[in-house]
Amino acid sequence: MIRDPKDLQRYNASERSNHWVVGISFILLTLSGLAFFHPAFFPLTQLFGGPVWTRIIHPYLGMLMAVSFLAMFFRFRHLNKMTPADREWLSKAKNMVDGNDHDMPEQGKYNGGQKAMFWGAALCMLLMTVSGLLIWRAWFGFDITLVRLGAVVHAAVGAAMIALIMVHVYAAIWVKGTIRAMWYGTVTRAWAKQHHRGWYRQVSGK
Amino acid sequence: MALQSLDIKQRSATTTPSPQARQTVEIAKLIDVSACIGCKACTAACIEWNDIRGDVGNCVGVYDNPVDLSADAWTVMRFTETEQNNKLEWLIRKDGCMHCADPGCLKACPAPGAIIQYSNGIVDFHQENCIGCGYCVTGCPFNVPRMSQKDNKAYKCTLCSDRVAVNQAPACAKACPTGAIQFGAKEDMKDYAEKRIADLKERGYDKAGLYDPQGVGGTHVMYVLHHADQPKLYAGLPDDPSISPLVSLWKGAAKPLATLALAGVALGSLFHYVTKGPNEVSKEIEDEIEREDERQLREEAK
Repeated sequence: MIRDPKDLQRYNASERSNHWVVGISFILLTLSGLAFFHPAFFPLTQLFGGPVWTRIIHPYLGMLMAVSFLAMFFRFRHLNKMTPADREWLSKAKNMVDGNDHDMPEQGKYNGGQKAMFWGAALCMLLMTVSGLLIWRAWFGFDITLVRLGAVVHAAVGAAMIALIMVHVYAAIWVKGTIRAMWYGTVTRAWAKQHHRGWYRQVSGK
Repeated sequence: MALQSLDIKQRSATTTPSPQARQTVEIAKLIDVSACIGCKACTAACIEWNDIRGDVGNCVGVYDNPVDLSADAWTVMRFTETEQNNKLEWLIRKDGCMHCADPGCLKACPAPGAIIQYSNGIVDFHQENCIGCGYCVTGCPFNVPRMSQKDNKAYKCTLCSDRVAVNQAPACAKACPTGAIQFGAKEDMKDYAEKRIADLKERGYDKAGLYDPQGVGGTHVMYVLHHADQPKLYAGLPDDPSISPLVSLWKGAAKPLATLALAGVALGSLFHYVTKGPNEVSKEIEDEIEREDERQLREEAK
């Protein structure tokens, strides 16, 4: 059932499914990874059938996320090139956070903050995958210094990535009318005109 | 508690104090390398007492057999030929867990109660709590713990904690025919070592000394070395071992701080929402679009 046939399609079914696979694997990785991050989170291992199963499953979930993230990366890479308008947007981001979006420069499909998020997440994902392989003892036995470095990087970047995704999720909750794009792919024209005027003009021809 | 008679000093991945009402004497095993004849009675005794049977290996051309520590070999003899003072010397070192006062394995372990340090100094692995991640291997400055291929648990020398708990010496010390392995209170072992070192110095080993590395807070397995100035000679015994700075960084204050930072991001988001309110689509723009639609409808009607 389409509420309004004039709503704008922002994501097709394949893009949405891809994002959901990444999202689900990220949540499972966060819960299982935090369990080994600090003893305070160790009880989270119960969600995965106990501590040994958590240890076994975590790296395979990591592989799933790495592959699905890579697919998403190639889908959206061309839409996330930084432009001078994005830099201007980023320099004014404080006003946006304060709740005043009147003076923000016109944005295409993604604003500067979203693009920064895209590249930040991609960098984190690369570091998490490489460091994760270094400490995956079930399959690999790398030099001890590399393993130690991998352990530090995996923990540090993991925490950074969780923070990054928390901001990503909050931004979607904060900007009303956004989450439906993730569920069924469409946004209202008013939403597009307000937040992504460049993209609105491009898809509506106005 | 696995051994009621031993009190616990530290427990892996545990942030509250462990039971420690009683006082136990700090113990140590002293291995006098200069008195070892390489008979491997200690190795056999270890296998017997702990009931571990490694696969039969192959002769690799030297006396080292088993060649390396494994989940089924918690102590191995490492043989080194070296020339010192124009004389051939055959150095034989019994390798195994050093039972550090500051154990890197325990620091690295994420599983509560998988690694225990008793107040007498023994560092023990409790395999029933081990999750098989191998972080103990990452943390150990001596490269001692080994993962079993059968059950993915980590194993190493227990210093015969089960024997020590009932006032018995470790099996290796009991079996040694030359007295090269001594066991007792750490203080007594240091006194004993001093006599051995004095004797060695008298016999021309000026650099004889005790190996009780302070970089890991001292160990509960100590060596008397004839060349204490060059521990490396003894099949790569580290000169000045300590927990790697990378491991300290990984397991130090950074994680509780990162946890607080994450909580800060979550709470910050919540309070941002509460104080600034949601970012709604403005009524103005909605009306604009509605007017455009009406205009279009009217034009179509014409």
